[in-house]
Amino acid sequence: MKYRSVFEIIGPVMIGPSSSHTAGAARIGRVARDLFGRQPEWAKIYLYGSFAETYKGHGTDVAIIGGLLDYDTFDERIKTSFEDAAALGMTFEFIPEEEEADHPNTARVVIGDSQGEMELVGISIGGGTMEVTELNGFPLRLSGHFPALLVVHDDRAGVIASVSNSIASQGMNIAHMEVGRKEKGKMALMVIEVDQMFDETLINELKSLPNVTQVSTLAN
Amino acid sequence: MEVLFGTVKELVALAESQNKPISEIMIEQEVLITRRSREEIIAQMDNNLTVMESAVEQGLQGVKSTSGLTGGDAVLIQNYIKSGKSLSGDLILDAVSKAVATNEVNAAMGMICATPTAGAAGIVPGTLFAVKEKLNPTREQMVNYLFTSGAFGFVVANNASISGAAGGCQAETGSAASMAAAAIVEMAGGTPQQSAEAFSIVMKNMLGLVCDPVAGLVEVPCVKRNAMGAAKALVGADMALAGVVSRIPTDEVIEAMHRIGQTMPSALRETAKGGLAATPTGKRLEAEIFGKDKTVRDTVNS
Repeated sequence: MKYRSVFEIIGPVMIGPSSSHTAGAARIGRVARDLFGRQPEWAKIYLYGSFAETYKGHGTDVAIIGGLLDYDTFDERIKTSFEDAAALGMTFEFIPEEEEADHPNTARVVIGDSQGEMELVGISIGGGTMEVTELNGFPLRLSGHFPALLVVHDDRAGVIASVSNSIASQGMNIAHMEVGRKEKGKMALMVIEVDQMFDETLINELKSLPNVTQVSTLAN
Repeated sequence: MEVLFGTVKELVALAESQNKPISEIMIEQEVLITRRSREEIIAQMDNNLTVMESAVEQGLQGVKSTSGLTGGDAVLIQNYIKSGKSLSGDLILDAVSKAVATNEVNAAMGMICATPTAGAAGIVPGTLFAVKEKLNPTREQMVNYLFTSGAFGFVVANNASISGAAGGCQAETGSAASMAAAAIVEMAGGTPQQSAEAFSIVMKNMLGLVCDPVAGLVEVPCVKRNAMGAAKALVGADMALAGVVSRIPTDEVIEAMHRIGQTMPSALRETAKGGLAATPTGKRLEAEIFGKDKTVRDTVNS
């Protein structure tokens, strides 16, 4: 089921004018920021389909930048996000693409700073609800419905078992899990959605596991 | 995922067999799925109701969007009602003006609650605050109005679509008006099945409605589609309460909406390339608002 809560239908409370093009866009930006783990210094945002055609009218641009500044859908500061970003020294660029994407409201968000960069593809599926469909080249499906752990690791035997053991030892239940890799034996990504909120202890434990290279989190 | 209902048929059957209103089934499902407490869920919906109330009040004071395309119509309609000359009835026009008020606030980048989307955010609160004047509901009944709307919207969102880019305006104002009709029936004391009939009657009259926003802005024709959506919701609710039924069952009407949306050309699904957006005046307004760059790019595309 694409929608699970009544508040995805009666909600979100948001700054207008469009739930898919403003609120959903803000959420895509905010999830990107969350996964990156810090304020990016620069952003390149590629827009597809209806996003590319109508982003100016819907405030999709100010909403995505607002999301990258960690603003929620109802944060009035969305309206001044361009100025706020400039004040923080964040540079950004919007590139409307002609090419058709799988979903009409698609944004490819590339963000970075001196320490690294990240690329995320988000789709806004309606009513302010979004999904992440790609992260750093890995196809995935992340709804943002649940708190999630994203673990980048080397594709070796036993890594998945050790990660799930650590989660189980915290008494936590896995709601949904996906594993993907780009090439056999190379870099792989685990996406784990859990029922309860996790804490720093678990994240540090996961980071210390052999063959785990990066742990990102997404709070619900 | 374990849910209590996935179709309107299941929703109505559950409400009738347990002798509970649809709003109650929605609350129970929310508790089951999110594992949050009933109090927390009701408090969040109460907060959404407050946001809706503020948006209506703000719109009735008169607002203007940045583009200048919309704003001020809610005030005009309220003044007309006060003149005592209305032909279609004060309650309908009150709902229309309150729906318009909400969407004018939305277009002005004000704070609203999406129901089920921002572009269609006027219909559910517009009808609620108009019907309130006649039925004098308690705060709890008003919150339940939103849960009942949400229950029907939940089925549409999962079995069809609530996105204009995916399914056209029928998926947005069409869904909102049908959801509102179902909620009005419950507030007026109708049965769960009558709520479903009201939903069907309204949705059948929204089928095929395209999404063609001028300049890509959620203003023209969105604000007036909310106005008419509110009017249709009230008429549909009255028809169902009078005992009129839909020959096509609700879930099949929803399925028809879904299929129509899938076959709608992309020019008519929120790309601002067809319909009213592509009229000479629509294009002129777009050029005036966004300047030459956008016009040149569109000429290249077409």
